[in-house]
Amino acid sequence: MIELLQRTLDGLLDGGAYALVGLGLTFTFGTLRRINLAYGAGAMLAAYCGAWLFQRFDAPAVAVLMAVVAVAAVVGLYVDWLCFPAAHDGGHDVTHAVGPAVTRSGAPVGGADGREVVALASSFAIWMQLEQLAVQLLPRHLNPFPSLASASEWLLGPMAVRPDRLALALLALLTVAALDRWLHATRGGLAWRASADQRVAAHLVGIAVARVQRLAFAAACGLSGLAAFAVLTIDGQVTPMVGMWVLLKGLVAAMLGGLGSVRGVLAGGLLLGVVEAHAQGLFGAVGRELATFLLLFLVLVVPLGRWLPRRSEAAVV
Amino acid sequence: MLEINGLATAYGKIEALKGVSLSARAGEVTCLLGPNGAGKTTLMMTLAGILRPQRGSVRFEGEELVGKSPAEIVARGLALVPENRLVFPGLSVRENLLAGAYRRKDRAGIAADIERMFDRFPVLRARITQLAGTLSGGEQQMLAVARALMSRPRLLLMDEPSVGLAPLIVAEIFSIIRQLHAEGTSIFLVEQNAHMALKVAQHFCLMEQGRISFSGTPGELSADDVVQRAYLGQRRAA
Repeated sequence: MIELLQRTLDGLLDGGAYALVGLGLTFTFGTLRRINLAYGAGAMLAAYCGAWLFQRFDAPAVAVLMAVVAVAAVVGLYVDWLCFPAAHDGGHDVTHAVGPAVTRSGAPVGGADGREVVALASSFAIWMQLEQLAVQLLPRHLNPFPSLASASEWLLGPMAVRPDRLALALLALLTVAALDRWLHATRGGLAWRASADQRVAAHLVGIAVARVQRLAFAAACGLSGLAAFAVLTIDGQVTPMVGMWVLLKGLVAAMLGGLGSVRGVLAGGLLLGVVEAHAQGLFGAVGRELATFLLLFLVLVVPLGRWLPRRSEAAVV
Repeated sequence: MLEINGLATAYGKIEALKGVSLSARAGEVTCLLGPNGAGKTTLMMTLAGILRPQRGSVRFEGEELVGKSPAEIVARGLALVPENRLVFPGLSVRENLLAGAYRRKDRAGIAADIERMFDRFPVLRARITQLAGTLSGGEQQMLAVARALMSRPRLLLMDEPSVGLAPLIVAEIFSIIRQLHAEGTSIFLVEQNAHMALKVAQHFCLMEQGRISFSGTPGELSADDVVQRAYLGQRRAA
């Protein structure tokens, strides 16, 4: 029993990290209705730049954090510029915007044309490019990263908690809450939601939609940098696996929470964390990996919405 | 107030506007009639800056609008109530109105204007926290008008505000148009319902296949044989 509780607790704490990692992906999808496959690779390149600063100049953790977030955001602008220009039609020449608006009466924007596929495929190409760049910067497999890991555990009755992982989960919670608050209580948040909701109308009320979406993309990638930094400081090292890890866990957490929903990604991350922790307890490390993919498969194949209680839409506000 | 000269807009190779010239005077309701596919919505989208014309000019109070972004055009006092309403379905009624005032910075003025909108459209006050996507068609149309008014436009463009609505709601929409006109708002209205439009507009234009084929007063409109047959039924004006 205690073991079950301990596993659940561990899973919840892991889940916080997954939510943090998935936040940027869900935020990008919310605005552009596109998945940025280079998301993990951007976080990896940023983390490698941080590790390089740490090794070369013995930079303190705060400086590394700032560098990682900044590089991730700049890489985001680069990816946006290369892969997603069609998504925001550039400037005010928004002839394309009229198309999606007509098809968007209720139904989500589907594959009306090839632009979504092009964005997906080109962001995959950038993924490879960014990963190569990172490996050229630091060719070794293991590279030291500033460590903020705690040496001891806190005991909560019969259960143990590592303070560093608790801090990470709290950071995730705070980030999600802050972003949610920003979206619902500020002028910028309103512009973001309006642009995501009905692009042509957003133009009509005078929102510079292209700029809002470009900034949102860069901010989302900056978030991936924050997430990567937070996770890597617990390990105190960085390997080329981090990019794939960020993309995979982030994507599963974001999908479980309903892509595009900022609150949902927290629930998705926690669910993934708990399921993984129990799978590991029951079937070992292989079971853990299996659980991730099984969960993703279930979400994609089984229409969960059918069994969820339908809430009145008026109550969503 | 609004001078359109030789305006041409194309979708790829298909030219929807083939050199449109017309004008709308301050303080008047100008109505644009025309069959489906004539290019009326294209004209409205071009005026709002959503579509970029190939040639021609749009002067609003003497200032050229062609080449300006939708945001700059809104800031100059032009607001469009688009065809099919295009409210923000996932935003609440109140947030839709706030978005309408996006270019404004005067918080107190915005709050006062929201109250004014609720006085004008009481049905919206009852739905203040409801998502716009859950409103009925008529309510969404009211919201679209209110959202456009939130930018305090000097010229309100309305693209077929009556389409797809029940007769009672249509009557309500036209009474709002009359009211806005009485308060001094200039309105440029696209409408298929010529009988209703005759009751509110002081000037009419007829658009066919991307060109203006008639321009005149309500009296001239009623007297025109072609218009009479096409838009007002066979009955001759008495």
